[in-house]
Amino acid sequence: MSDDGRIALSLTLNGRALDVETPACATLLDLLRDRLGLTGVKKGCDMGACGACTVLMGGRRIKSCLALAAACDGGAITTIEGIGTLDDLHPLQAAFIRHDALQCGYCTPGQILSGIALLAETPKDLAAIREGMSGNLCRCGAYPNIVAAIAEVAGL
Amino acid sequence: MSGPAFSYARPADVAGALAQGARPGAAFLAGGTDLIQLWKAGLAAHAELVDISRLPLAGIDLADGELAIGALARLSDVALHPRVMAEHPLIAQAIAATASGQVRNMATVGGNLLQRTRCAYFRTQGMACNKREPGSGCGAAAGETRQAALFGASAACVATHASDLAVALTALRAELTILGPDGERRIALPDLYRLPGQTPQIDTTLAPGELIAAVQVRRAAGLAARSTYLKVRDRASFEFAVVSVAAALRLEDGAVVEARLAAGGVAPLPWRLAGAEAALIGRAPDARAFAEAAGLAVEGAQPLADNGFKVELLRRAVIRALETVGATA
Ligand SMILES: Cc1cc2nc3c(=O)[nH]c(=O)nc-3n(C[C@H](O)[C@H](O)[C@H](O)COP(=O)(O)OP(=O)(O)OC[C@H]3O[C@@H](n4cnc5c(N)ncnc54)[C@H](O)[C@@H]3O)c2cc1C
Ligand code: SF4
Ligand code: FES
Ligand code: FES
Repeated sequence: MSDDGRIALSLTLNGRALDVETPACATLLDLLRDRLGLTGVKKGCDMGACGACTVLMGGRRIKSCLALAAACDGGAITTIEGIGTLDDLHPLQAAFIRHDALQCGYCTPGQILSGIALLAETPKDLAAIREGMSGNLCRCGAYPNIVAAIAEVAGL
Repeated sequence: MSGPAFSYARPADVAGALAQGARPGAAFLAGGTDLIQLWKAGLAAHAELVDISRLPLAGIDLADGELAIGALARLSDVALHPRVMAEHPLIAQAIAATASGQVRNMATVGGNLLQRTRCAYFRTQGMACNKREPGSGCGAAAGETRQAALFGASAACVATHASDLAVALTALRAELTILGPDGERRIALPDLYRLPGQTPQIDTTLAPGELIAAVQVRRAAGLAARSTYLKVRDRASFEFAVVSVAAALRLEDGAVVEARLAAGGVAPLPWRLAGAEAALIGRAPDARAFAEAAGLAVEGAQPLADNGFKVELLRRAVIRALETVGATA
């Protein structure tokens, strides 16, 4: 992708204010991974179909591969790097470990961010969790354990 | 593989957007979920993206029996709006069946109506496709026709329109407010689209630089109690429709006084089932009336080699949707 003038952005990234420049054509995914080194944001399909690139923007889950970075100016973005630490895991991260909700782990950051956003919508049963997580694919097929981990945190 | 580099502009107001959108090579960017995907696949070439996503055209208002949705409202905000859910459940249901939570948080109403076809030949560079490359032939008609239209297609293009929301809004007789250099105009939603004929590269009747400002739905509150969006797809979620049906009825004294039916996945535009609607008026909502209406819904279908199954699927989907909304227990 060639640059055509750079755009200055102000973001709040994982709680920290940040000024950064981006090529007009860059996606938020490319900005986060390649420019800012947040490799917890995964590039799967790069076409909106797999959910590996899921981040939160203003608390809402989005696919960073379809978001133009320039259009995110002023946004508050949360990546997996901003969710819990090794010593202080987010409850959903801990539940993923307890339920063995991953194999290779490639989809996991996206699953957890998507799951956190879904929990805020208070899914009422397992069917609502399955439906609400349908935008996150898992090539390893860890779906039953992913649903179980989210259900536990949801108190279902 | 992605398209040519472009510049980015974010005009401060609607007037600025109209001025910048009218420049040659400019395209509007709303949620970007279709446009960026198309650009990455090398299927969109714009010199400049004009970001309209923050213009003050995202309101959702209900007043005097009219629902007005700003074209830049995000799908999730529309579907989760308490009054839309209560008074226009057909719209909320069609959106809930659209894409995924992530996409619905980004995608706008106007962008959804203007998304381009999912025809795999169109979406894959190098394949013959008259819509992408006029004169190159229709790869679908000569190849895999499972997705192809039953109605309204031409020899030049047999693609279907993929929007779920457009089907619900067509059943509800929605209108669009369109802004352009010459001011404002209002059209019925289906008139946004054109049949492919010999020029399938032109999807809509929008003039270059015209902006969809809002969608209006009037006099539909009486349909809220009996409406449904039935989406039949190859997997239970996060998938486009093979066939879909939006249905709504209003009953008085055990008879149908108002009927609204539209189908998706079967035509180059959301397809009104006017004959089936008319046949239900004055009838008791019973199996015989539904079967007759469903028969009329598939009348004139022109299946190709691989999509004949959709004729029966549409017939049955119309019956099931009518059974859902017509139940009188
Ligand atoms: C993985 C995936 C799954 C999907 N599944 C479904 C599905 O099941 N059902 C369904 O209906 N859709 C589905 N979609 C399509 C999705 O709903 C559309 O991509 C989305 O609604 C487009 O809206 P947007 O705001 O992102 O549009 P953009 O991509 O920003 O714009 C699309 C087009 O509309 C133009 N445009 C946008 N707004 C305006 C306006 N106000 N006035 C004039 N021109 C405008 C743009 O210039 C562009 O040409 C899916 C998409 C993805 C990526
Ligand atoms: S059906 Fe239309 S969009 Fe699909 S290949 Fe043929 S011309 Fe292209
Ligand atoms: S990388 Fe964004 S959805 Fe697959
Ligand atoms: S754990 Fe491997 S893709 Fe989900």
